[in-house]
Amino acid sequence: MTASTQITDVKKRYSAGVLKYKQMGYWMPDYVPSDTDTICLFRITPQEGVDPEEAAAAVAGESSTATWTVVWTDRLSACDSYRAKAYKVEAVPGRPGEYFAWVAYDLILFEEGSIANMTASLIGNVFSFKPLKAARLEDIRIPVAYIKTFKGPPTGMIVERERLDKFGRPLLGATTKPKLGLSGRNYGRVIYEGLKGGLDFMKDDENINSQPFMHWRDRFLYVMDGVNKAQAVTGEVKGSYLNVTAGTMEQMYERAEFARDLGSVIIMVDLVIGYTAIQSMAEWCRKNDMIMHMHRAGHGTYTRQKNHGVSFRVIAKWLRLAGCDHLHCGTAVGKLEGDPMTVQGYYNVCRDSHTKTDLQRGLFFDMDWADTKKVMPVASGGIHAGQMHQLIDLFGDDVVLQFGGGTIGHPQGIQAGAVANRVALEAMVKARNEGKNILEEGPTILKNAAKGCTPLQAALDTWGDISFNYQSTDSSDYAVTPSVA
Amino acid sequence: MLTNPTGKVTQGQFSFLPDLTDAEISMQIQYGLNKGYAWSVEYTDDVHPRNTYWDMFGMPMFDLKDPAGVLLEVNTCRKTFPNHYIRLMAFDSTRGIESVAMSFIVHRPPHETGFRLERQEVQGRSLRYTTHGYPMDKPENSRYGK
Repeated sequence: MTASTQITDVKKRYSAGVLKYKQMGYWMPDYVPSDTDTICLFRITPQEGVDPEEAAAAVAGESSTATWTVVWTDRLSACDSYRAKAYKVEAVPGRPGEYFAWVAYDLILFEEGSIANMTASLIGNVFSFKPLKAARLEDIRIPVAYIKTFKGPPTGMIVERERLDKFGRPLLGATTKPKLGLSGRNYGRVIYEGLKGGLDFMKDDENINSQPFMHWRDRFLYVMDGVNKAQAVTGEVKGSYLNVTAGTMEQMYERAEFARDLGSVIIMVDLVIGYTAIQSMAEWCRKNDMIMHMHRAGHGTYTRQKNHGVSFRVIAKWLRLAGCDHLHCGTAVGKLEGDPMTVQGYYNVCRDSHTKTDLQRGLFFDMDWADTKKVMPVASGGIHAGQMHQLIDLFGDDVVLQFGGGTIGHPQGIQAGAVANRVALEAMVKARNEGKNILEEGPTILKNAAKGCTPLQAALDTWGDISFNYQSTDSSDYAVTPSVA
Repeated sequence: MLTNPTGKVTQGQFSFLPDLTDAEISMQIQYGLNKGYAWSVEYTDDVHPRNTYWDMFGMPMFDLKDPAGVLLEVNTCRKTFPNHYIRLMAFDSTRGIESVAMSFIVHRPPHETGFRLERQEVQGRSLRYTTHGYPMDKPENSRYGK
């Protein structure tokens, strides 16, 4: 490890002009992060000729106190403690030109209870910084001291299950399709059929707000008619995520209040509304006994490529603190991006009491969640009943499995699609509890369950062999014998 | 009979499967015991989806480690309340969970009658919904036959 390169002579350090970030004190290889520091792991790709340690120091500088030149006003402050400290750099295994850089931030740097403030520092200017070709925030260790300034999920996974009276199995959902173009009346039909057939939830899609073909009030009224009717014919609590995403906070509050007045157990927002709006809606949900579903619309623009952006595991950590109860985290086996172990890492972040370092799953830090409520992860996108054993093996019981096409596209109709999914789910949970190896015996378990259930047989006949096997763009890069902070 | 595809109230983990045999119930009990859960038997003749508190057939069996003992309680409850719904619930006391971990129906009244949906027209096109179990106007213990 190289020695500190900070200029210690105060006169030299603060004489006007341009210094290297390493000379300014943003590179401290002997620094030991404290329990109250936030630690970020960046993956950086320096421009040709830029020393990786200088690049790491620049990241620390630009995400905390630095500007491009020396300023004498630093000397009016306790600037040594405000500087973020890059303290370790390692080449990324198998990725020439890329480096992992560990940077520590003092607790004072972030406003309590504000993801907006934390992100403005950590992913602010620094991501446009010219000496770097690319940068990615891979993982973050948020200290207990900062975690405790957030209220977290408004309801949480445990209380959600208590409210819904659903235990010991994954929840089942489906997104209403087609996404766009149904009238309110036609839309409510899909809700009723899916819920009566055995789903726990139906869902608005991310881009269904209030378009000319269906005004939001119409949608809410017809959907809640379907929900209540399905509840009466099954004797089971049912819900449908009413998407309240809108152009202004005032409109979102108005929609959320109408959903509450109609008796909905759950509302939904899209990630694109932004962290502050999310925290405000979480606060509203806490006041109104509402479950908050988060659709991660837009995340792929910055989470998918390995070399640039923010890993979804970091987004998931921020969203758990900001406060949502459901979060789409990928399916691994479905139509959307996701290396299975990387996806499991996101699920851990949502549900752990104490996240353990697990490099294969992309988790670089131990992190104590300090009893923050848990988020229910959602698996949605191109999954079907024939994959039930894989899904339960990958994700366990605490997940919402959403089969949109796999319900509504069923050859015998929506209700039959729902029945197929629910029977497959219950048969698989039962078999697992009985001690069967569901990964190996899964297809047989489904075949046997289908003997007494024509809709499941039809689902297996239609989709049994469908899979989406493409190379993943975002798998974990880790060393075999890593040295982790 | 209800008009949903199962014809039954669909609460609990296994309502879409054929009724579990005692041997199958024992395997589920064993699974819960292996996880350290405490089993409890509960019964009701008010199966409204939001009736949280079914009556406890004794306390949760915190120290019982043999599935046969739990099944014995189930069968005693079945004899005592043949016309009620009976469910098994498993409690997990792990910090951060401290809630129900499993729940499934192990006994149903001979004839399930379902619910009426009452709609009250209120302001605009809004409706207020009430789910009303058909036998609920009868006194307790006589709702599904004596």
